[in-house]
Amino acid sequence: MIREPLIFEISDKGKRAFGLPKLDVPEAKDAFKDLAVRAEIVDFPQVSEVELVRHFTRLSQQNYCVDVGFYPLGSCTMKYNPKVNEKVASLAGFTAAHPLAPPDTVQGCLEVIKRMQDYLCEITGLDAFTMQPSAGAQGELTGMMLVRAYLEKQGNPRKYVLMPDSAHGTNPSSAHLAGYTVQEIKSNDRGMVDLEELEKRMNGDIAALMLTNPNTLGVFESDICRIAEIVHAKGGLLYMDGANMNALTGMVRPGDMGVDVLHINLHKTFSTPHGGGGPGSGPVGVKKILEPFLPVPLIEEKGGRFSLNFARPDSIGRVRGFYGNFLVMVKALAYILSLGPQGVREIAEVAVLNSNYIRKCLEGVYHLQYDDATMHEIVFDDKFQKDAHGITNLDIAKRLIDYGVHPPTMSFPSIVHGALMIEPTETESKRDLDYFIETMKTIAREAEETPEVLKAAPHHSYVRRLDETAAARNPIVKWERSKTS
Amino acid sequence: MSYIALSEKDKREMLARIGIASTEELFDCLPPAVRLDRPLDLPAALSEPELVRLMETISERNTYGDFNSFLGAGAYAHFIPAVVDSLSGRTEFVTPYTPYQPEVAQGTLQSIFEYQTLICQLTGMDVANASLYDGAMAAAEAVLMAHRVTGRKKVLVARSLHPQYRETIRTYTRNIGLTLEEIGFGECGGLITAELESKLGPDVAGVIVQSPNFFGVVEDLAKFSALAHGPKALFIAVVAEAVSLGLLEAPGKLGADIVCGEGQSFGLPPAFGGPYLGFMGCTKEYLRQLPGRIAGMTKDVDGQRGFVLTLSTREQHIRREKATSNICTNQAWCALRATMFLETLGHDGLREMASQNLHKARYAAKKLSALPGVKLRFSGAFFNEFVLDLPKPAAAVNAALQAKGILGGLALQPFYKDMDRSLLVCVTEVKTKACIDALTAALEEVLR
Repeated sequence: MIREPLIFEISDKGKRAFGLPKLDVPEAKDAFKDLAVRAEIVDFPQVSEVELVRHFTRLSQQNYCVDVGFYPLGSCTMKYNPKVNEKVASLAGFTAAHPLAPPDTVQGCLEVIKRMQDYLCEITGLDAFTMQPSAGAQGELTGMMLVRAYLEKQGNPRKYVLMPDSAHGTNPSSAHLAGYTVQEIKSNDRGMVDLEELEKRMNGDIAALMLTNPNTLGVFESDICRIAEIVHAKGGLLYMDGANMNALTGMVRPGDMGVDVLHINLHKTFSTPHGGGGPGSGPVGVKKILEPFLPVPLIEEKGGRFSLNFARPDSIGRVRGFYGNFLVMVKALAYILSLGPQGVREIAEVAVLNSNYIRKCLEGVYHLQYDDATMHEIVFDDKFQKDAHGITNLDIAKRLIDYGVHPPTMSFPSIVHGALMIEPTETESKRDLDYFIETMKTIAREAEETPEVLKAAPHHSYVRRLDETAAARNPIVKWERSKTS
Repeated sequence: MSYIALSEKDKREMLARIGIASTEELFDCLPPAVRLDRPLDLPAALSEPELVRLMETISERNTYGDFNSFLGAGAYAHFIPAVVDSLSGRTEFVTPYTPYQPEVAQGTLQSIFEYQTLICQLTGMDVANASLYDGAMAAAEAVLMAHRVTGRKKVLVARSLHPQYRETIRTYTRNIGLTLEEIGFGECGGLITAELESKLGPDVAGVIVQSPNFFGVVEDLAKFSALAHGPKALFIAVVAEAVSLGLLEAPGKLGADIVCGEGQSFGLPPAFGGPYLGFMGCTKEYLRQLPGRIAGMTKDVDGQRGFVLTLSTREQHIRREKATSNICTNQAWCALRATMFLETLGHDGLREMASQNLHKARYAAKKLSALPGVKLRFSGAFFNEFVLDLPKPAAAVNAALQAKGILGGLALQPFYKDMDRSLLVCVTEVKTKACIDALTAALEEVLR
């Protein structure tokens, strides 16, 4: 295959893909007086428009994406992203609006944010929402800061945050940044929170339990109400990581299960595209008791007029500039409005159906560490293939690429060794699900018959297995004329 | 409108395969006591035409576009070439996730590698990450990084740093025992050197200064970084108006250890505040303390060049609470647009855009400050923003200008209590001479 060069390698002095109108004001005299002005920006690209267009078109063709095929990346909820949402988010009324414009000139933007606050309250059963956090991790941080601010106001911020060992890595790092020391609690033999252990560990030094529900195994913590009671009895708060809300929409609401604070991901449950890794949006919802501490500003409505409320003395402050990833909110709003109440419920209904269908069809072919009922995702592992043929989850994943399917998540949960975390989402057709199932069976057969083919996979991708160890040992993180070939 | 791809027949077959009668059974694991026994109270589902009509109606409630606006202050209106929208809108860039599987994500990874290179070239830093959420959060991450590198707990923050960036830094640092001290600005609009000197000491982790600062004034980064390095504090340069980098010397060349800022000016519309992208680079000795994703170059088993996410041992999915940051992914698509924007403008185009910003802002400042009672608040050289002191309260002047179809800029009093007569005016290349002259004429009338 022809290698696509770096733009710097096709750059040539004097080429241009853009020009501005002639300056229509007189040039300032002494324009550069008292300024450190730079000379040439060495090696900054200079290309023609057609070269630029082909460069990025060809690069785009090296990406796998949801619009090409099945993308069962567990815990990432790679559902279809409706085109109309992109269209409405590109309306000039939204894109041109300046964030510091007088509120009476941006009523439409404020309405979008207020509607999102309201709809998310209804979907989650919580009392108030901030749309400010940029993504899930920032949502977690915001949520834990809210916990801290609330407890501080009560007189003691407390020291520790509990979380199960199955938690996503952002949970401990977010709790840490909110000033807490993390204590892990071991999952029981069913991969769930051990109630006795929780009761033993919960005390007046513990600020909160951070819980993902359904957990990262796709299993619903059915003792959730009891868990909330145990945490609340010692004055702690229950934080829910809403990464897996796709299993619950319209079925149960976190607020009704005793959750005090949660973040959700608009780029997961509400279908805004992942963009190759952002922008996302990680709104945080809270019970009434935490509402005074939400970031500034909140969007309020009175008699059809929307305003920004900055006068919130107990607020934790802001966690970023302006009001959040606004255009992402526009897309999520469009999604909710398209779906309506039945459609939102159908998200969970079909996501869980699709996942259980895959589970049923692959049970026995791949090993399942836990046999509890699962919801929107299923975590198989490589035990059968590894024990018998030395084939790992990485080999299976790379072979899937050859068959035109994106590999599942493998990096966690850490309590399952050699994990293959599969989340089909609700938008897949049966034909695509069946193709995936048959492919997984084929790969299991190949593990027996031709394991060397799996070990060397992928065979048909643009590049083959890359040396990640070398990349980390001797990091080359930019192009330099003299060094990078 | 539903996006479900299963027919009723499909559903029946799947239920039969699972061995259950209805999907309801799949939800038996939920506690009955809290099952939602009613439909969600949301508006009824809309068809696509209805949805488009409603969203158009809501967007038209924004009248901002009807105004001749001179707002900047951290969000800038710059021209965006058509190729940026066209190319970044390709579904292969829009609908994948973060490149965990490099063999099927070379498009994203190579773009990030080019982005990191461009940020290094512009900032003069050795290394750059794959982007952070926005400028304010990048500034907060830079402060945390200075703390990690030095082990010290005090940070000196320029009062001329964007107020929202300062607020964000405060939020990010308040729970982990860092103290922040502000350094004021002088008559020129820049940092007061003597105040910096007096507050610097062996307990200072870093000094964070924005240039051009919140008032548009270009700071003397070389002088301040040299001072910061005396007691071995890190010097953090923040750039909120990234187009300035096309003309002004790279902060890395002026002694910055970390350069971070807001990349919105590179191909992202103001969009009521987001999505934007935070950029961050540092000298190579601190590479392993840099937060966020980083793409690196390597080879595949056939010896072909390829790109991967690298140095992930800094990150939360491996280090958990000991990670350099809690951030998971980045603003990949925004960084992609910035890459496309910069490569479209190219060396000469970026410089030309930056120059036009400077000349137009200078022209506007000259015209406006010639009006009776109006003067430039600060004497320092500025890029594309400047502060006017008016003979009347700026909020009232703004209201009167708005009645004439003009948004004159940002009244500074909500951010700086004693500046009730000050207006922060921004002039980018999208403002024609006629727009600027209209502002001048309107302001003259309003003040008459």
